[in-house]
Amino acid sequence: MKILVCVSHVPDTTTKIQFESDGSALNKTGVTFVINPYDEFGLSRAIGFKEEGKSVNITVLCVGGPEVEPTLRKALAIGADDAVRINTQANDPAYVAAQIASYAEGKEFDLIFTGKESIDYNGSTVPGMLAEHLLWPFVSFATKMDLQDEERAVLHREVDGGEEVVETSLPVVVSCQKGIAEWRIPNMRGIMAARKKPLAVVSPAEITPYFQTVRYNYPPPKGECVYFEPDQAGKLIETLAQKGLI
Amino acid sequence: MNECASEQTNYSIMSTIEKKQAIKGGEFLLRETAAREVFIPEEFGEEQRMMAEATKDFIDSEITPNVERMDSMEPGFMPALLEKAGELGLLAVGVPEEYGGLGMSFNTSMLITEVIGGTGSFSTTYGAHTGIGTLPIQYYGNEAQKAKYLPKLASGEWKAAYCLTEPDAGSDANAGKTKAVLNEAGTHYLITGQKMWISNGGFADVFIVFAKIDDDKNHSAFIVERSFGGISMNDEEKKMGIKGSSTRQIFFNECPVPVENLLSERGNGFKIAVNILNVGRIKLAAGCIGGSKVVIDNAVNYANERQQFGTAIANFGAIKQKLAEMAIRTFATESASYRAGQDIEDKIEDLKANGLPKNQAVLKALEQFAIECAMMKCHGSEVLDYVTDEGVQVYGGMGYSAEAPMERAYRDARITRIYEGTNEINRMLLVGMLLKRAMKGELALFDAAKAVAGELMSLPTHEEASGLLAQEKAAVNKLKKAVLMVLGKAAQDLGQQLQQEQEVMMAIADMIIEVYVAESVLLRAEKLVALRGEENCQEQIAMARVYTYEAIERVGAFGREAILSFAAEEDRKMLLLGLKRFTKPLMLNPKALRRQVADAMIAQNRYIF
Repeated sequence: MKILVCVSHVPDTTTKIQFESDGSALNKTGVTFVINPYDEFGLSRAIGFKEEGKSVNITVLCVGGPEVEPTLRKALAIGADDAVRINTQANDPAYVAAQIASYAEGKEFDLIFTGKESIDYNGSTVPGMLAEHLLWPFVSFATKMDLQDEERAVLHREVDGGEEVVETSLPVVVSCQKGIAEWRIPNMRGIMAARKKPLAVVSPAEITPYFQTVRYNYPPPKGECVYFEPDQAGKLIETLAQKGLI
Repeated sequence: MNECASEQTNYSIMSTIEKKQAIKGGEFLLRETAAREVFIPEEFGEEQRMMAEATKDFIDSEITPNVERMDSMEPGFMPALLEKAGELGLLAVGVPEEYGGLGMSFNTSMLITEVIGGTGSFSTTYGAHTGIGTLPIQYYGNEAQKAKYLPKLASGEWKAAYCLTEPDAGSDANAGKTKAVLNEAGTHYLITGQKMWISNGGFADVFIVFAKIDDDKNHSAFIVERSFGGISMNDEEKKMGIKGSSTRQIFFNECPVPVENLLSERGNGFKIAVNILNVGRIKLAAGCIGGSKVVIDNAVNYANERQQFGTAIANFGAIKQKLAEMAIRTFATESASYRAGQDIEDKIEDLKANGLPKNQAVLKALEQFAIECAMMKCHGSEVLDYVTDEGVQVYGGMGYSAEAPMERAYRDARITRIYEGTNEINRMLLVGMLLKRAMKGELALFDAAKAVAGELMSLPTHEEASGLLAQEKAAVNKLKKAVLMVLGKAAQDLGQQLQQEQEVMMAIADMIIEVYVAESVLLRAEKLVALRGEENCQEQIAMARVYTYEAIERVGAFGREAILSFAAEEDRKMLLLGLKRFTKPLMLNPKALRRQVADAMIAQNRYIF
């Protein structure tokens, strides 16, 4: 069984986000990058299949420049077998999805994992578009996944107020939500083994980026708290009215 | 930009050349070290960083949420934690590959120890197991002993403890009364005696026990398994801090130890104990760095959150001064510890290249740098105590509350000045070792001291150093002269009696430590500038400058203390004038520089260096 796990290279969750002075891009100075945590769930589930005794090869893929390689090596250290870097900047979700599809086409993957979203842009759109390119089924927000046999899988997915259990044929694109697996800490041996595992750099397909980010803006600063004494109810109502809130 | 690139090229060429000549321990006092010769933590590679990161993830998921369970000594919790660490390979870092280890470099094992240093009780447990528990077998065991014990210790299946201290033999370790007597059949030693303060004692499977065979003058070391029998122990000690670590008093009552479990040779125990403690000391310094960084992270975060007088307290100069000073001392002790770690590593490689087997090379290298190990033990533990003390202060009332993290950090830190040889013993040792090497002619200390004495007779020259950190480097060179002047004169005046003048020895030790650390932090800043460009190292430059400025003040104070304590009245004036000449204050604005350091951390809400 061949599994492709797509990972994004994203700023650490605790990063204080700052943009370049003209708002054109993220200021990466001092920023630590990590594997997108939701993608890591997919990687962990894939390793789980291996541990369950299935014959599985896990390829981990990232679209990006050389700067994303530490993220791929971390995935190798956690337990992926080989890695692929599509050598282009991840310009926009549609572009990324098209690049991954172009790579995956014809390689006989049985399963592609992504995260439910990347924690930097929170688009949640790559896996759906990827499935569309490949004409595969797509199960989003999966919280549990078991393989029935080599051709079918049962997945649980989050829906409003409960969960939905679906059965799907393989190959399938699955976007992972918390619950599908636990994050894993790479062990020291895995880290040392990672340097010996293959990391292929492939040229991007000729696809024109779909859109260009013009500018990033900070959220408006928080307003100040105004306190009213218990006997100032009238003033409170007046203030709320002035702000058009009542 | 181009200049920077060419600097880097020069570095790699020069460092290749330099690597061939490993320096001697204590030699830093007599030579000017170039930045390219020292290792700085920023040079750790991706793999080592990933290991540190994985260790941190382990702590965040297994230890931080369970601190109460750990420190209340929940039965089985700590041994299970060690086993989990073993699964991740954390107990195998320095163990050779042929015995189930990872065979990583000395500085890599320092780095992992550093990260674990922030875990209080676990840090002690980990150090006792991987350091003083495992290393005697790794370094002194024969093939059969290594093959039997190391794989199980590296995996965590077996846990180790180290039994040296006795009720009447603490700092005076060789005074131990535990006896080993060969049984009639000649198959077993029967060990009888009492050991104290044994970390991991409650659950260890393997004990390294020091005992004297018959009426030997010196200890021998034995590998003792709990299952051998004849071992009993008291309840867990009630301690000020590191409450989750097991600390027991252990009684050996004719505990039968097979003769093949004698470690190394009969009478070699004290040497083993001393050499193993050298490793323990520098590793302890690494642990203190990690502990300090966690405290600073918390302090910066709290200072950003805590509002008083309508603003975050991080905006006040008094708090910025504290945060900066905590960071400066941590950065400085880190610079010196990894510098020493690499010097040890280089020496190991050098000795191996000259045909020495690896184990012997490691031991010889550690012995060679025993001075640096002792210095870093003192400095690292005192920085940690300073940092936790100021951490409590930044938290104010909450710092005193057991609800917030500072109270535990403060209590946990205190032991580091006591175990692995008290800081007083280490200070005495390091000066003693320097003097011994000087007497043996291994270090040309007295010639250098004479040259300084000669210089005192001439008029001072007024050369203005120019260039980045040039003023500071010139100042450190003068501090070395201050040390040589005081140490040389004390040795000359007091001779062997100096060893008895412990107050003077300690003051001189402090001078030496300050010089080593100040030089290390300057070299780190200089190397960083060469690697990253000056504009990207402003805070590191500021830290190096402030530390040097402070080191000068401290060396001056310790020097005065020493001179006034030992020098004859007719020599005092000359010596004090010399000291003044060699400890001229740096003209810089410490407030502005410290604010620069603090502001950078406050903006990122953590320790960032």
